[in-house]
Amino acid sequence: MIPEVVQKIPLQYYIYLASALFIIGIIGVLTRRNAIIIFMSVELMLNAVNLLLIAFSTYRSDPNGQVFVFFIMAVAAAEVAIGLAIIVMLYRNVRSLDVGLMNKLKW
Amino acid sequence: MLSIISLSLFGILNLFLGFLKSRRILLPATLVFLLIALALTAQEWNQQALYFSDMLRVNNLFVSFSAIILVTALLVVGISRNFGDDVEYTHPAEYYSIILFSITGALMMIGFENLIMLFVGVEILSVAMYVLTGTDKRSLRSNEAALKYFLMGAFATGILLFGVAMIYGATGSFKLGGIATYVQTAAQYRAVSPLLYIGLLFLFIGMLFKVSAAPFHFWTPDVYEGAPTIFTAFMSTIVKTAGFAALYKLASVAFGGAYGFWAQTLAVIAVLTLLIGNITAAYQQSFKRMMAYSSISHAGYLLLAVVAKVPDSQSAILFYSLAYSLATVSAFGVLIVVSERKPFEGSPDERYAAFNGLAKTNPLLAFVMTVSMLSLAGIPLTAGFWGKFFIFSAAVEGNLTALLVIAVLMSCVGIYYYFRVIIAMYLNPSEGDEVIVSSGFKLTLLLTTVLTLLFGLFPDLVNSFF
Repeated sequence: MIPEVVQKIPLQYYIYLASALFIIGIIGVLTRRNAIIIFMSVELMLNAVNLLLIAFSTYRSDPNGQVFVFFIMAVAAAEVAIGLAIIVMLYRNVRSLDVGLMNKLKW
Repeated sequence: MLSIISLSLFGILNLFLGFLKSRRILLPATLVFLLIALALTAQEWNQQALYFSDMLRVNNLFVSFSAIILVTALLVVGISRNFGDDVEYTHPAEYYSIILFSITGALMMIGFENLIMLFVGVEILSVAMYVLTGTDKRSLRSNEAALKYFLMGAFATGILLFGVAMIYGATGSFKLGGIATYVQTAAQYRAVSPLLYIGLLFLFIGMLFKVSAAPFHFWTPDVYEGAPTIFTAFMSTIVKTAGFAALYKLASVAFGGAYGFWAQTLAVIAVLTLLIGNITAAYQQSFKRMMAYSSISHAGYLLLAVVAKVPDSQSAILFYSLAYSLATVSAFGVLIVVSERKPFEGSPDERYAAFNGLAKTNPLLAFVMTVSMLSLAGIPLTAGFWGKFFIFSAAVEGNLTALLVIAVLMSCVGIYYYFRVIIAMYLNPSEGDEVIVSSGFKLTLLLTTVLTLLFGLFPDLVNSFF
């Protein structure tokens, strides 16, 4: 059964909201130059997905989607640990987080 | 299934082995661990089983791709030279355990039966790779490669997940079987939810990112060039094999019913990958960067088999990955020792010029390199020839004539840049001294060469299994 509180908002609205958040995340990744902000945008994308999964899961009364969200959160935490470590390592060497400075590798 | 469990335990064990004073035990220990995993995989041959609440399927596809990945990992560990025994700033125990962990992820990607398993497998593999790319902490190139790989990889994961969420919204299931049933019935009644198409698109984009197909390949050359060469060898083989196994499984099992929708798109991507990979590779001055573009182009050939979607595609992808992995490992193995011969502008010399006159100083290394280049170019009597042959015959079966013509033309372009190395080795005058290579290293390189030639002469050794 779908709880009545949830039913007040149609499923489409959740899809629109999640897609909007996801697109904001993509734009952030593509346009920002600070490594941490890019990273935050990626997290925004992941959380948009979480929202979407929870909405689908609730409307279908199917717990699988919510279990998936736990997996995403756990993996995202691991990714944050690795990502921040890489960013710290880089900052120690370059003293900057500007990805525009990352141009040692090109043909 | 046992191989997945055992490898994750061995990885932890390896970390504890790092406490020992002598680091020399790590390399043989890792080899033994991988051999045990290979044996555990092999004994599951001809079994059909589902494990972990129907999330992992063990069948011959799983066993054969796992075997390729484990053999490749054995070879890569064989040329790893303990990551410098006496050097203070390397951490061999950690590197070896991360390698073992990443293989766990790769095996999960091959055997997945549920999109949760696919996601977890992709992430275990990718996160391990981000770390390995950045292991050379003091080198700016390695740092930059790690950051680029991490940001692009996480971005791709986000796209992949969005696709999974949309597919879940349309089908109500993460299981491959459930998705396939929905796709088939919905296609019959012409009532496919648009969410499914959006999801399929995003899921495929995410996977194509991981296997570095053309419009999503831009991170590959930088990452492959910046990473330490041994890990470049590891990621260009293992990630590609596992990625294509997963992509093939998605395309044929879950979305086989929606073939009409994704075939055209994937065909265009295959053509783009072939064109961009091969033509850009021809312009490179750095051998390592050329190998990165060549790995993009090989992704194009493999995509051809996925697009064809005939029963033979599976064995074609299998054989091609095997031939490609063997040749790539030996090419990078030779590059590792040759690039250390004489530094160029403060870093290892990875230009074509580094190979000048290698045939005079080290005929054996030159021979290994020649066989590997011939195999990558697809010259007969090497495994690479049969790999291309099987892929092209799958394409013929799938009526992909136009694609086939482009692929054949592009493999001619491939011959040009692969032969540049051979010419440099045999015709140019020597610049450096003889390279001293340890016996274990030499043995591994010889093994890859012998296997490449063996499968080139008797391709039925592999193909008779199917």
